[in-house]
Amino acid sequence: MAVNYIYPDYEVARNYDKCINCRVCEKQCANGVHEYLADADKMVADDAKCVNCHRCVALCLTRALKIIKSDNTYRENANWSGKTINELYRQASTGGVLLSSMGNPEPYPVYFDKILINASQVTNPSIDPLREPMETRVILGAKPQVIERDKSGHIINNLPPQLKLSMPIMFSAMSYGSISYNAHESLARAAEELDVLYNTGEGGLHEDFYRYGKNTIVQVASGRFGVHPGYLKAGAAIEIKMGQGAKPGIGGHLPGSKIVGDISRTRMIPEGSDAISPAPHHDIYSIEDLRQLVYSLKTATDFKKPVSVKIAAVHNVAAIASGIARSGADIVVLDGFRGGTGAAPTRMRDHVGIPIELALASVDKRLRDEGIRDRVSVVAAGSIRSSADIVKAIALGADAVYIGTGALLALGCHLCRNCHTGKCNWGIATQVPELTKRLNPDIGYKRLVNLLNAWKHEIKEMMGGMGINSIETLKGNRLMLRGVGLNAKELEVLGIKHAGE
Amino acid sequence: MKYVIIGNSTAGIGCVEGIRQIDKSGNIAIISDEPHHTYSRPLISYLVKGKVDAEQMKYRADSFYKDNDVTLLSGVRAVKINAGEKAVELSDGNSIAYDKLLVATGSRAFELPIAGNSFMTLDDARKLQSQLAPEKKVLIIGAGLIGLKCAEGILGRVASITVADLAPRVLASILDDGGAALVQKHFEERGVKFILSKSVSSTDGFDIVVIAAGVRPNTELLSGIAQIGKGIAINEKCETSNPDIYAAGDCTESIDVSSGQQKIMALLPNAYMQGECAGVNMAGGNKIFDKAIPMNAIGFMGLHIITAGNYTGEVYESNKNGTYKKLFYSDNKLNGYIFIGDIEKAGIYTSLIRDRTPLDSIDWALICEKPGLMAFTKEDRMLKLGGR
Amino acid sequence: MKRVYVNEKWCLGCRLCEYYCAFAGTSGKDIARSLKGVKINPRIKIEEKDGISFAVSCRHCKEPLCVKGCITGALSVADGVIVVNQDKCVSCYTCVLCCPFGAISTSESGAVQKCELCIKSAADKPACVAGCPNNAIVFEERR
Repeated sequence: MAVNYIYPDYEVARNYDKCINCRVCEKQCANGVHEYLADADKMVADDAKCVNCHRCVALCLTRALKIIKSDNTYRENANWSGKTINELYRQASTGGVLLSSMGNPEPYPVYFDKILINASQVTNPSIDPLREPMETRVILGAKPQVIERDKSGHIINNLPPQLKLSMPIMFSAMSYGSISYNAHESLARAAEELDVLYNTGEGGLHEDFYRYGKNTIVQVASGRFGVHPGYLKAGAAIEIKMGQGAKPGIGGHLPGSKIVGDISRTRMIPEGSDAISPAPHHDIYSIEDLRQLVYSLKTATDFKKPVSVKIAAVHNVAAIASGIARSGADIVVLDGFRGGTGAAPTRMRDHVGIPIELALASVDKRLRDEGIRDRVSVVAAGSIRSSADIVKAIALGADAVYIGTGALLALGCHLCRNCHTGKCNWGIATQVPELTKRLNPDIGYKRLVNLLNAWKHEIKEMMGGMGINSIETLKGNRLMLRGVGLNAKELEVLGIKHAGE
Repeated sequence: MKYVIIGNSTAGIGCVEGIRQIDKSGNIAIISDEPHHTYSRPLISYLVKGKVDAEQMKYRADSFYKDNDVTLLSGVRAVKINAGEKAVELSDGNSIAYDKLLVATGSRAFELPIAGNSFMTLDDARKLQSQLAPEKKVLIIGAGLIGLKCAEGILGRVASITVADLAPRVLASILDDGGAALVQKHFEERGVKFILSKSVSSTDGFDIVVIAAGVRPNTELLSGIAQIGKGIAINEKCETSNPDIYAAGDCTESIDVSSGQQKIMALLPNAYMQGECAGVNMAGGNKIFDKAIPMNAIGFMGLHIITAGNYTGEVYESNKNGTYKKLFYSDNKLNGYIFIGDIEKAGIYTSLIRDRTPLDSIDWALICEKPGLMAFTKEDRMLKLGGR
Repeated sequence: MKRVYVNEKWCLGCRLCEYYCAFAGTSGKDIARSLKGVKINPRIKIEEKDGISFAVSCRHCKEPLCVKGCITGALSVADGVIVVNQDKCVSCYTCVLCCPFGAISTSESGAVQKCELCIKSAADKPACVAGCPNNAIVFEERR
């Protein structure tokens, strides 16, 4: 098509006083933005190819580069925004479904940002975490409903299998395939060092990573890729993925171009074949069916592993979670609509699902109301961005949280949201060897460890401020939260009072 | 322990540094007939040229003898070795006893039945320097390393320079015809004349004559005491056939690993390494130096030449961007090379010769084109660069 | 003694090490001003071919053939670091002939140049190591 309707969103701004033609930007850009013109002895850039990943910016040794938002504009229109128009143009030219990556970027309310945390003053004094013990450990799993005794009156240990975490943070499911080997290694090593868990996602478990089994949750999803008895037994827990916050209601698709070498072997599918995860599990059409899978997996692992069920936060999430709790699952994971993904149809990502804060609050309330809250642990996911988000999530009723996007950011991700192109310049969401080697797990795992240790520190500070000395005490403690700028219905769903009340 | 070293040049200094790696306190005496602080012999042409001064001529710092606790007996000659009594008789009538002795007597200019300067020592250089004048015509007999270095040193300081040699080409011992022609041309472009394939019968018409027609090893001190071939015979520990007497440097002959032949390899790096090896062994250590090969790095007026090994076997040749390169190989091994012009990373070729690296274990085509570690296997690179 | 070690698995061939090395060789404070319009001649150099790349700089050998072969005494070992006194170097390139790594090169003045581990700077590690974005070159004690 001769006419290009779309002007680049971002422009590469090069300070020629600082550029020394070292060509690092050129070598580091997998999108071919930068080019050295030998005859002019000058670097130039093709803005149209730029995805704004900041690899060149970060590696430019003279800080000669920055990426700026284009000020090219259509005629102002509150209804037809430039973005909307461009998307329409794109579809008019390709006839295709729009694809996006990572989480929903649209300006929906972020409830975490409208919730404030309490602190003690005078009475119920605050606790200094540097001087006094502060428990961040959490134990996930179903708790026994009754105390059982044998004939001589001794307590029978009827405790189902549990997961112990040094802090209420785990790394979300991200498959080997969607992210690189080095990214997986970074997550696994960090989980081991921190004594938390990471999640294989639906891609099987690379043989090199079985050694991190006690810090691994192995996932079983609708495609059942890479699932075999050894895999199920390799991890500390098994997660059934029913849905994902970034794209509720649809499955997944890893293109055949990424099914190469170890990935094909790990997924147990031929090289080059598309890995299509169906939208539903074709053997699950009811809670009873889910229960069958839960118990199949438990049976396969001798009832030694807790089983988790992950669902996207959707409108009827509370009832669904209640069903999951009754299905025999030990953990239910709620994934909010801001959760990330390696690729999703843009409309699904941006318009389907509900915020995690509301889903979490309503699930916790429903389970309490039904008296089955102890039968499952609740894990919140879908854009947990900071330790404050974690404290708020726990006070809203979560036992722990998953972080995915946050973990990737620690590894270098700059949220350019182009994972689906497979050319991640940071070596994370790619399988191109020249790109994957950019993520050295020695550096990556350390950055993850740093991040979680920093957050753990902050969680202790915030809990101490509230006069609370354990995650268990904070859990579901909504009196510690107040809303700002929320309406009565929102406050009701969240189960919190407004600030000042 | 009493160590005596005859010779104050490279091998002797190497020996001191070798001894001191093991024995920090034993007595070391150096006997030298030259009344100078140790200096770098190859630098005499640079001195004549004015590129280095007396200070820069010094091979080691002024404090070298003091730092290493060495007694320097300079200006005296060792006239006789009394192996039975383990003593060295000196030209001043004194005698010095040793427990371990190193003979590092070097070599001297091959004498011709023609009167002229030799160009081997600091004194030779100074003498030549004093004779130089813009109207003088100079004849250098010998187009080898010393002769040509001398020519470079005096270039521009005299009316004319003529270099004569019996051999048909310059640097006959280290270059092939093509390389030699290149070097000759380089000199000729700067006004130096050559008379090759001819014996000099008369020096008429020349004001200064320099005789640089090769060298002879100074082996006489060990005559009848230790085995002598072309030079003093030494083993890989630099021991002579006489116990407690070691030899190193230009006065010795040893195995050229590139050819397996017994040879005199009068080269500074070999001299140092032999001296050091001897020193370590004299002090009771255990060191082997068995990787001697002929090798030379030399430059004339900006033209750099690096050569090593011997020139037998098949030839890879490349002349690109003004660089002349020949690699000689046979039986899966690199035997030698000639590199003129861009000499970058030449040492990688040297290591292939020295280590007798099987050529099928590396990317031969790649390394022919350009010396680099890329041609080695990943595992080799890990060893070389990764330290494990 | 700490040395620079190379792990080619992580080398991206970005050549930042070369530029940081070149900058460390200047007395400038601003890298852009120091290197603008300059064709760099670093003491660490990347070898690159078919997606493989790695940095080569002086190994500071325990048996340094360059030092032993140096005809002038310009190369010496100071506290385990092989250093070059460029004022003494006469550009004979015997060290280039001897170095099995190709780690000694020629400088603009003709004298040889080589990595001296940035010992003259106040930094705790060489500039190339500090500037490597992927730990492909590290500065550490081994064996």
